[in-house]
Amino acid sequence: MRSRLATTMEVDGLSAFSLREFGCEQNLLSRPDGSSSFVQGDTSVLAGVYGPAEVKISKEIYDRATMEVVIQPKVGLPGVKERAREQCVRETCEAALLSTLHPRSSLSLVLQVVHDDGSLLSCCLNAACMALMDAGLPMGCLFCGVTCAIDPEGHIVTDPTAQQEKDSRAVMTFAIDSAQHRVMMSSTKGSFSVNELQQCIAVSQRASEKIFQFYRESVRRRYSKTV
Amino acid sequence: MSDCLKEKVGEVLLPGDIFSFENTSEKVICGPGLRRNGDEVLVCKSGILRHKHPNMYWVDSQQKRYVPVKGESVIGIVTAKSGDVFKVDVGGSELASLSYLAFEGATKRNRPNVQVGDLVYGQFLIANKDMEPELVCIDSCGRANGMGVFGAGGLLIKVSLGLVRRLLAQQSALVKELEQVFPFEMVVGLNGRVWVKAQSMQRVQVLASLLESCENMTPQQRHALFRRAANGAS
Repeated sequence: MRSRLATTMEVDGLSAFSLREFGCEQNLLSRPDGSSSFVQGDTSVLAGVYGPAEVKISKEIYDRATMEVVIQPKVGLPGVKERAREQCVRETCEAALLSTLHPRSSLSLVLQVVHDDGSLLSCCLNAACMALMDAGLPMGCLFCGVTCAIDPEGHIVTDPTAQQEKDSRAVMTFAIDSAQHRVMMSSTKGSFSVNELQQCIAVSQRASEKIFQFYRESVRRRYSKTV
Repeated sequence: MSDCLKEKVGEVLLPGDIFSFENTSEKVICGPGLRRNGDEVLVCKSGILRHKHPNMYWVDSQQKRYVPVKGESVIGIVTAKSGDVFKVDVGGSELASLSYLAFEGATKRNRPNVQVGDLVYGQFLIANKDMEPELVCIDSCGRANGMGVFGAGGLLIKVSLGLVRRLLAQQSALVKELEQVFPFEMVVGLNGRVWVKAQSMQRVQVLASLLESCENMTPQQRHALFRRAANGAS
């Protein structure tokens, strides 16, 4: 159920991308319908999914499920930053889930930040995808998050630590789908050129293949016990 | 053409995996976790691909949340009486309705004795995503056929849906081994609820903890545990 992987890889022509060691565990909580914990280096997020469950009349949507995402910071109350992340995660989940199969019901996803050492949004996205998969909700495709930072010299750093993020000129996070490796969501901060954006997307798409491979491996490990 | 599906039987699939067919003359029946999309079959749940002769395929996944399906037998808890229907909690996203006439021998004069909080074993007459699910406690001939309100005693426990299906499988090794520990009664609902009753409350508790613990166990581990329990019980 618990698996780990670390990668360094050369992308043809572009600079090498390296992902910190990442690990995942599914079905670790007993109460939620689906749960997962995702670790990227020192960044760690715990996710729990409830649903399809009963929905408040005021939030009911007649032809699809209502998706709710809550991000709990490590300390203190959730603020504007968390709300912005919640929206990014929610819209990505809504795009991947086949929510029309469960109309008039609610899906709620709770993400607890255990430790933040950079690339938090991508870790949240990865934990969310694993938890949704664990809950057995119908999905059209999988998604993963990749964060890229551009340092002052113009080099692209994938999966940056908090220090690398701080030193960088721009930080971008992309959610990438598993079917066509297209960008589902992007969140950027700082200044960069169009060319740099394209490069970052290309690197993220390459990195996403590694993550999807890891997803498959860790789900396979989870089901290896069932006869 | 169903070869591409056949060679993946027993392997783990992830949502987003696609099987495409060139020759569409052959028929394939898609079970849970598989969806047809034009000439393609799309996987929408993670789990192991299973096959039943001649052409049935489905994805076997470990889930906890139940989604009502027509014809499935479940254990429900009566939560309210409103007019001529009972509202029954079956673990889905909505309460199911159960008419008071849907019991064996029930008429307008002769109402069944069902109280709020009672457990009922019934099957779904209506279950689809757009309508309220409806339970009945009689078969199409009007016979109870094992369904109805539970008697006193016994204990209701919740397990995963995967374990329930393993308990209900024909010639289930798990049930055979469990029978050898000590005699007991068991009712298994496909919604992940299991009702057990044995000679004493202590045995019921042993049974409940055995069931909960064999969720993630290899046959060898299970064998050892059951033997220990049987020795302790005698």
